[in-house]
Amino acid sequence: MSTSRRPPRASLPPELRPLLSRRSFLLAAGAGAATVTLAACGAGRGGSTATTTTGEAADTGAARVVWSNWPLYIDVDDAGTSATLAAFTQSTGIDVDYLEDYNDNAEFYAKVRPLLESGQSIDRDIVVPTDWMAGIWIRNGFASPLDKANIPNASNLIASLATPGFDADRSYTLPWQSGYGGLGWSKSALNEALGTDTMTSVDQLFDPRLKGRIVLLSEMRDTAGVIMAWQGADPTNFTDDDFYAALDYLQEQVNNGQIIAFQGNDYVTGLENGDITAVIGWSGDLAQMGEEFGFALPETRGNLWTDNLLIPVNAAHQANAEQLINYYYDPAVAAQVAAYVQYISPVAGAEQEAAAIDPALADNPLIFPRDEDLAKTFIFMPLTPEKETEYGEAWQALLGN
Amino acid sequence: MRRRSTPYLLLLPGMAWLGFFFLIPLASLLATSLQRPLGPSTEDGFAPALEFTNYSAALLAYWPQFLKSFAFAGLASLIGLLIAFPLAYFIAFRAGRWRMLMLVLVVLPLFSSFLLRTNAWKTLLSSEGFIVETLNALALLPDDRVLNTPIAVIAGLTYNFLPFLVLPIYASLDRIDKAVVEAAADLYATAAARLRTVILPLAAPGVLSGVLLTFIPAAGDYINAQLLGSIQDKMIGNVIQSQFIIVRDYPTASALSFMFMVTILVLVLLYIRRVGTRELV
Repeated sequence: MSTSRRPPRASLPPELRPLLSRRSFLLAAGAGAATVTLAACGAGRGGSTATTTTGEAADTGAARVVWSNWPLYIDVDDAGTSATLAAFTQSTGIDVDYLEDYNDNAEFYAKVRPLLESGQSIDRDIVVPTDWMAGIWIRNGFASPLDKANIPNASNLIASLATPGFDADRSYTLPWQSGYGGLGWSKSALNEALGTDTMTSVDQLFDPRLKGRIVLLSEMRDTAGVIMAWQGADPTNFTDDDFYAALDYLQEQVNNGQIIAFQGNDYVTGLENGDITAVIGWSGDLAQMGEEFGFALPETRGNLWTDNLLIPVNAAHQANAEQLINYYYDPAVAAQVAAYVQYISPVAGAEQEAAAIDPALADNPLIFPRDEDLAKTFIFMPLTPEKETEYGEAWQALLGN
Repeated sequence: MRRRSTPYLLLLPGMAWLGFFFLIPLASLLATSLQRPLGPSTEDGFAPALEFTNYSAALLAYWPQFLKSFAFAGLASLIGLLIAFPLAYFIAFRAGRWRMLMLVLVVLPLFSSFLLRTNAWKTLLSSEGFIVETLNALALLPDDRVLNTPIAVIAGLTYNFLPFLVLPIYASLDRIDKAVVEAAADLYATAAARLRTVILPLAAPGVLSGVLLTFIPAAGDYINAQLLGSIQDKMIGNVIQSQFIIVRDYPTASALSFMFMVTILVLVLLYIRRVGTRELV
């Protein structure tokens, strides 16, 4: 379910942090709940940024672009406005309708798929699906090819993200931000249970002394990938046997009570409340939680995921969208975004620009990873539609759904 | 001159509403539940068919979650009733000038988001929260945890739907003519006898509708199980949600929804027949 990326709370006023962690979670959890009102969420930070109703008629050619992004995934100042977006509008005259309504890959896709299938516009010019979901958009013909002539800055894309399996020459997508799925823990709780405050290995998750205090990500690729890598399989190229061996092991750990839940970013609350000691979680979440919490890529490698900018078919403002993407591939602009969201920037040269903003920023391996960091990651193998369904069903069964 | 068609004309808007927003979706749900897959992947889509095995396969795979849904919702309704009846009784008969305030307080939680309230329970029931620490100190907890257990799910359901139990019961109690109760007292009925033979029967319609208003949405809820339960505490709503949104197996999700609806309908009819009242507040 909930898979929203959360930007750092560290850069926010302290009084907003609890609200924020709840808010981004709530948006994600409310995704499928038609009966649930989310009125309370409107009061969050995102509520004051440029938002618009979704039903508006798309006026082709107008100086507009409509962008659906994950909540809190762009630079926002205390007044709730984005400096980079404002600068873009000022220099190009293109108004950006920036929507934070991309809360969950599966949920967003379920919502727009009927429209896309019947050839209608979804009134979005840019969406930001994660790798595997971008693959689903592309192979179903729901993505519009990017006109690279309009995106000269695309040449700034870092080499390690230039040839993903789902879009080998980046004809449809360009990365927005990347992050890791790896080990996260509460230092004090871990110390109490195991007598150490660092984690380096997946073995530690399954230490009997942590029984009932372990939560793993409900995202199949993060969790199954980390477990397969730990079992000695290669998540970039694995077999059915590898996958089901990982699931069997997890099922055993569910049955014996070691793993108490599979969650999206709501494990953050559990870690903070002391109900959970260690997780397979996202680098961004843990980085934001402060000194008392740790994140590490396991020795056996963690999952490197990327959220990708993609223009849906029948988008009303394709050229404007390309201009916007080009703008965010300017290293100086990318550095501004990285300074706020603290995920991995895909733009070469952003590191040097970031050093100018704050040297500590450029030194943070979670934002600008070194080669040795990337060596401890894998990119989950692209799945055929058939395997997507088969593994998806097996995964949901493991989750009790 | 009264035209015989007038009542039917008056019914028209309501019937049209029900037709468009209930019957047509219901028919579509039924049709979807019988579709057959066009390939090994859900991305291949589904074709209209009469695949009744969708139902047996879904039931076979997910009967535990079905049972848990009805068990959790039943327990939540029962516990809710034990809390709601005395509360409603107090508000109706004893609260005096505090009555309005108390009613407002009962409804007040509904002014905040359902998710927000349920999420707050995560903090309330956390291992380092005062509830668990108190219970632990009294050695009342076998497993030193409440969160991520069925107890937490039932507690969350009970809490979330309590106002829907209190209000109808209060409405029923409030309509009781106090003179009837006084007459029973004059005829030497004890307090217990007055409650059993006078107040409870007169409050029955409120209890009936309150239990329905709690049981039905609680059985279909998936937020409480997701936030407060463990992997073993998933309800049928969780399955329908994941089958529909994540796996995108629409026939299975529809078959489960349909079976759930029919089961609820049967349970409700049995319940109404058993409690036996023609009057639903």
